[in-house]
Parts: sequence; C-alpha cells; structure tokens
Amino acid sequence: MNANVGIGARVKRKEDRRFITGKGKYTDDVRVENQAYAAFVRSPHAHARVKSIDTSAALAAEGVIDVLNGKQLTGDGIGNIICGWAITSKDGSPMNMGPWSALATDRVRYVGDAVAVVVAESAAVARRAAELVEVDYEVLPGVSSAVKAMNKGAPQVHDNAPGNLIYDWEIGDAAATDAALAKAAHVTELCLTNNRLAPNPMETRSAVAIYDESEDHYTLYTTSQNPHVARLVLSAFYNVAPEHKLRVIAPDVGGGFGSKIYIYPEEITCLWASMKTGRSVKWTSDRSEAFMTDAHGRDHSSVAKIGFDANNRIVGLKVDTVANFGAYMSLFSSAVPTYLYATLLSGQYDIANIHCNVRAVYTNTVPVDAYRGAGRPEACYLVERIIETAARELKVDPAELRRTNFIRSFPHQTPVIMNYDVGDFDANLEQAIKAADVAGFAKRKAASAKAGKLRGLGYSSYIEACGIAPSAAVGSLGAGVGLWESAEVRVNPVGTIEILTGSHSHGQGHETTFAQIVAERFDLPIENISIVHGDTDKVQFGMGTYGSRSGAVGMSAIVRAMDKVEAKVKKIAAHVLEASEDDIVIEGGQVKVAGTDKAMGWHEVGLSAYTAHNLPPDMEPGLKESAFYDPANFTFPAGTYICEVEVDPETGAVRIDRFTASDDFGTIINPMIVEGQVHGGIAQGIGQALLEQVIYDENGQLITGSYMDYAMPRADDLPSYSVHHASTVCPNNPLGIKGCGEAGAIGSPPAVINAITDAIGNNNLSMPATPLAVWKALQAAGK
Amino acid sequence: MTKLIMTVNGKKVSRDVPDETLLSEFLRESLRLTGTHVGCDTTQCGACVVHVNGTAVKSCSVLAVSLNGESVTTIEGLADGGQLHPMQKAFNDNHGLQCGFCTPGMIMASVDLVAKAKAAGRKLSEDDIRHGLEGNICRCTGYHNIVKAVAQAASEM
Repeated sequence: MNANVGIGARVKRKEDRRFITGKGKYTDDVRVENQAYAAFVRSPHAHARVKSIDTSAALAAEGVIDVLNGKQLTGDGIGNIICGWAITSKDGSPMNMGPWSALATDRVRYVGDAVAVVVAESAAVARRAAELVEVDYEVLPGVSSAVKAMNKGAPQVHDNAPGNLIYDWEIGDAAATDAALAKAAHVTELCLTNNRLAPNPMETRSAVAIYDESEDHYTLYTTSQNPHVARLVLSAFYNVAPEHKLRVIAPDVGGGFGSKIYIYPEEITCLWASMKTGRSVKWTSDRSEAFMTDAHGRDHSSVAKIGFDANNRIVGLKVDTVANFGAYMSLFSSAVPTYLYATLLSGQYDIANIHCNVRAVYTNTVPVDAYRGAGRPEACYLVERIIETAARELKVDPAELRRTNFIRSFPHQTPVIMNYDVGDFDANLEQAIKAADVAGFAKRKAASAKAGKLRGLGYSSYIEACGIAPSAAVGSLGAGVGLWESAEVRVNPVGTIEILTGSHSHGQGHETTFAQIVAERFDLPIENISIVHGDTDKVQFGMGTYGSRSGAVGMSAIVRAMDKVEAKVKKIAAHVLEASEDDIVIEGGQVKVAGTDKAMGWHEVGLSAYTAHNLPPDMEPGLKESAFYDPANFTFPAGTYICEVEVDPETGAVRIDRFTASDDFGTIINPMIVEGQVHGGIAQGIGQALLEQVIYDENGQLITGSYMDYAMPRADDLPSYSVHHASTVCPNNPLGIKGCGEAGAIGSPPAVINAITDAIGNNNLSMPATPLAVWKALQAAGK
Repeated sequence: MTKLIMTVNGKKVSRDVPDETLLSEFLRESLRLTGTHVGCDTTQCGACVVHVNGTAVKSCSVLAVSLNGESVTTIEGLADGGQLHPMQKAFNDNHGLQCGFCTPGMIMASVDLVAKAKAAGRKLSEDDIRHGLEGNICRCTGYHNIVKAVAQAASEM
C-alpha cells in the first residue's frame, strides 16, 4: 500500500502549482472575443419608490451598447428570486416571501438594490454610464434593526409581510421547559447579539455570460460553490434558459464561505443581457459592491435562560431569537435560524427540555443567509456563553460544569430533532486542557498582573451538524432540494483515472484529498488521478460544497462508485486470469490472483475493458461507474477550544496569547488540509469576536462599505494555533468522516469572549470586543 | 493615451494606454497577466502586489503610465524557468494557500519582506513576519501556515 499518499497522509496539494505561479483561472480571468461589460445602477437609498428611470444620457454615451431595466426583465418572463426552504409558522401559516426581482421595478429595499444595468464596450465606460442613469426616487423611511422592524409603525418592507414578520416558528416543548425552569435550583439568563458579518471571500463575485444565438444556448462562468444548483435554479425558477441549453462553469473560485452558494441578481441579469444585446456580458463586483450586495451572515438577537438542579445538572434551556433576514429572502435564509440553529441548542449536553422560538424579520438591509457555520455558530455562541456564565454564577470550574452535563451515551436523541450518532466529548475537553496547559494558567495570570495586564481563559465545547444532509429528512423539514452528492469514476484505457464530482473546491483542496482516497483504494500513484469538478457539461449533477459536506457526502459518493469499479475490475481479471473473483486482489499497480504469481497490470485491465476482446460473457465494455450517495444522517463534529487572552486595562486592547483546539472530525484523509481548515475557521471566528461587524445606520444606510471601515483579521491580529484531534469514527458513511470546514468558525467566538469576560470580570460584553467595548465593560465592572 | 514602454518579467513591452489605467489593469487586461489579482478598491487587501524595480508595490494604486521605462515583476515572472522561487515552494510545502486568490500578492509581498530583512542583516521573527504582512489579507488560511512558509523561505533565500 502506498502509505505516503493514502488516507491519513499529509500530501502536499496538487492544485497549488497553478496558484503559486499565477496561472489559476478565476472567472474574472475569462475573457471572450468581443467581450462587453456590465455595470449596475444601484439604489443609494435603503428604501424608496422608483418613480422613473431616464436612461437617455447613458444610452447616448460613446461605447454604451444598451441600458436595460427591471420592467424589460420581468417583461421577458425572468422569474423572481426565491428562497428554497419552506418554513411554517407555529400557527400553521406559510412564511411570507416577498417578491424579489433581479432588477427592481417599482421599489428598492436596500442600499445596493439594482434598478438597471448598463452594457458597454469596456468596464470603465459601463461604470461611467451607470452614473448617467437618472433614477427619480421617492425616498421612504427605512429600518435596519430586526427588533425595531417588529415595532408598531415601523416601515413596512414588503406588503405581504405585516409587521415585517416572515415567520414565527418554534421547536421543543414550551410548557415542559417553563416547568423545568420554574423548579430549577439556579437559573442563568443572558441577552446576546450575534453580530452581522460580511463573508468577504478575497475573490469578489463575477460572471461572464455568453449567449450563442445559433444554438440558442447560454454559457455562464461564475463564482459559484454549486454550479449545478445554479443551473437548476436559473432554469426552473428564473426561466433564463432550460437546463439543456445552459452550461454553468465555476472555474477556480477564490473562497466562498457560503456567500457563493446563492444565485444573485447579477448572474441572472448578465445571462439575460447577453441574450438581449447579442454580446458576451461580463461583470465583476468591486469590493464596495460586495459589501452592499453579497449575502451577509448571522445578525441574531436572543434572550436565553438555562436552569440547573442542585447538582448542577441542566434541567432546561429556553431561547427566544429574532433573526434579521434583510430585504429579501435569500436561497437558504429560512433554514439558517431554524433547522441549522435551534436544532443544535442542546450542544454537547444532556438537556431534557429545550424550547426555542424564532422570529424572522425583514429589514432594509442586504439579504442575510448562510455564512461559514450558518446557524451553528449562533447556537454554539449562545450555549457556550450561557454555560460559562452559569459556571461563574454557580462558582464551579467551567470545565467541570461541562463534564457534569456531557452526553456520554450514543446514539443520543436531543429534544430538538438531532440524533447524535457518536462522540467522545471528554476526550477532546481533556486533550484541549492538557495542550493549553490550563494547569499553568494561574502562574501566567499572576505574571500578567505583575505587568499590569488582565489575563483570562475561556472554553467552548462546540457541536455542529454537518454532512448536509439526508434528502428525505431535509425534505420533511421543508427543503426544496435533496442533499445527496454524485460521483463518476472513469478509468481510462491506459489505467489513469478521472474522478468527476458534484462537490466544488474553492480552497478546500479536493484535487488532492479526493485523489488520495482513490490512490489508496486502487494502490496507484496519485499523479495518475485527476479530479474534475465545476462544469455542468462535464459532471452530470451535484449539490456542491457547503455545510462541511464534501468529505462526508462527496467522498462517500466516490467510494460508492469505486466499489462498482472494483467489482468490475475483479470480474475482468478473474476472467482473463482464469481465477475466482474472490481471489483477486488489487495492489502495487497490479491486479493479482492472491497466493499465486498470476497477475495483470492495472492498466492492462483498463485496456481489456476498452478493447473488449476478452470480457466475461454479457459484460459491457468500458470501465466507468457512477454513484449518487444520500447520507443516512447528519454527522456531528465536536470538540473543545480554549482561548487565553491578555487585556490591557488602560486601552481595552485584547491580545490572544494562545488558542488551542481539539476536534473530533472522524476519519481524517489529509491532516495538513484539515488543520488548514481549522486555522482558517478559527481566524474567522476570532474576526467575529474581536473585529468584524457590518453596521447600517438606523434607516439602513451602509456604514461599513469598504476595508477602511470593516475590520478584517490580518496576520498581526492573530496568534498561531495549537490544533489537535481526538476522533471517533462516524458510523454513517463509508469513510467515517464528519467534516471540518466550519468547526473553527463555530467553536471559536465563545471561547474568545469567555476568555475576555473572565479577564475583565464582566459577563456583559458583546461582539466584536473592540478595545472601546472592552474598556467600557471594564469601567462598568469598576476595574 | 500614452505610449508606455516597460520591462515586464524581463521582457520589453510597448503599448498605447489611457492615462487613467492602473498598473493592475494594464497587467491584467493589456498584457493578460491575470496572476495579479484585485481584491478590493481601497488598496487594503494586497492581492495585487507586484515588484517595481525589485520593491513591492500595490499595483492597484499606481498609474501604469507613471512607470514608463521601469521594470515590473509579477507572480508569473517569479519562478526561474521551471524552478520555483523558494517562496513559492515554501507556500506549497507549508500549505500556505487555500483558494489561491490572495496568494500571488502574498508571495510577492513576502519576497520583498524577506529580501529587505536580508539586505539589512535582520533575521525575521514570527512577529516581524506577521507585522510585515499586515497589508495583505487572506480569508482562508488564518495566516498560520503563511507565517510558517515565509519563515521557511527566509532560511532558504
């Protein structure tokens, strides 16, 4: 067995060479003959009626090909943008989805809402001409806070959503939870906000739409995490083109973090504008547009109560959450604060009674949808902050309070749908405690105090649901799609292999990791295996990459297809070598009869399959198999993170001194890549905890519209991370994988805030914990 | 419109360019050297860093015509033929990149950081590397492996 490339090997990435030499091919690098460029005319107002649009000056400008508006777009039958997950309110009524046209026709609802598009010979001409489009707006009052949007008399964002309420949903047993809390020996209550974030992949969104009139065919190059879903939605709902007349290519994509799941107005408009103008239309977002128009993440306000009995065992958790959805319902928005959030409120703890109520609310802000973690960071932040706060109130060690309440018997059914299959929460907690040298904390704290600094330590024991998701299960919860994955294994006549996958890599290293499982299975050099993804003309279908699903779901599909290939290879070899199939083994580039010297080369089996001169009777020629894999359950990555900070009481500045992670991801294919995922996730979590926040003014004007105003984590804001694993193998997929893409972003924010609140002696601190916020909290605590 | 003559990656190039053309646009659109990326519009992210006469410059903040007669090296010109530059190799060795978008600018900035330290006879600490790269934003890696990569290359350059 080729141990240095198989499962568990730290194989350097195959895809790196093109990126480190500047030869990556991203959407904005695509340029076709006679390329035209689009620029969007966007609303500067958070809320306004569009009275008229005068395009005459723009149309007259040199180099302008056309200026198109929303009435033309809807007139051509382009459909409204939809949310694909139906949530039902607790009174049985359906969610209130307001209409969202790719180009607004009569009303704009957030700063950046597009009303027209200019197509011109160059990007600069298009941008200048967009400034010449005169839009007469009647400005309406706007609202940016979800809590305020529910107030009587607040501006109404959509006529069909009275009080701006999209749904009022609940999960769990309210009466039983209330009763448990009423009898509790101790109740801790906490109000929390989960700050609004801009995902900020470094590559901004981009689209190149090419309409071929001769074939009535469209091609779209786009920055997508799931090109097949994009094609499906563009066809089935937006009526841009039928699927067989639309090819979607997501080439190299520069990060996504959820924000590139959705099909946005710009891609729809570019496709349609390409047909209207007869030109290929290209649009690349600038960073300011990205802040205005990419779906944001988080933005929850919650009140939570947790009750304990006299033995410090949790008896109940009650949560009331208000989720800001922005001006329109984005593709998966409705699922985020419900089935991806409230279902994880049990955390790692055995809690008999949980109730959560969620109100989803329209505001005059950009739509909010899944961002790395999607609902699970919000749940983890709530559970891990309230348990740490409770430990302080109960005057018990926060690690001990966790131990007292850990789930230790699996499978474990929580009161909020999820059935945890396997885990070892103690193992990760104890490993993290050891690796973080918690034993030495008191000494370090004393040393900090001597230097005039406050030192604090915070825990976070997170759990998440990944490997999204069993199709029938999500279907029963309202999902409009199934969440399986597909794969095709093509063995060429010379024995090299192409793996076609519906997963999409935008930084996750699939070209390496996926090749590793194939190299191991067929004992072949990794160079002989290539991974094909991101093109609907090559890969038949796929659900794409999000929710840490490419390992647990995408690679499982590859395994299933390899099972079929292996069976056929063994049949061919048994026939040619005149042996029993059961005696055939594949190793060292050969297909052998075990215990004999009879063998044929792997490539000879491939060639035999295609020459078809000597195949078993009734066997079809060729060596190509496919599989669709539908997971049996979610997977449940879990772990403990420990953060240690030093706070300067004079300035409120926080320095993260050490950050330790111990994760259970199940089977790990490439530890180097998995650790990289954890590093990146932690950095985003620290960003949320210390630096990042999208700010709108009260009326919906965007304040943080560039990197001058929105604080991205930089190298000198962050520490090196100490990353460890203590794994239990997932029983529900063939490789035992749980997924690792989101854990860092889920687990880290509460660890950071728990550390700071420990240092400053005040539990009342919101994210981001800027120096000003920390300094104010210190003053409030009288320190 | 100005006639611009420049040496790019060791080759002389000559083009008529509008005066408002940024160096990043000139490289990407006129020369089709698309390894230089643009990740923001406020010169904050550093994805567009190239070398002008051997010094790191954010190419989104320089007018192309202001560099008449100068020498520019982009990520495409960093490797010596098929031989990767030690910084490129170090990024691969240490998993210093994920999506790859910030990588060209990150590598070009890191080469400059190390070269300047060497010229001054200084050894770069982890803090020096972190501080030296604060003009370059990476959203994927959390910087941990980038810092390791730069430290490795610094010992090899």
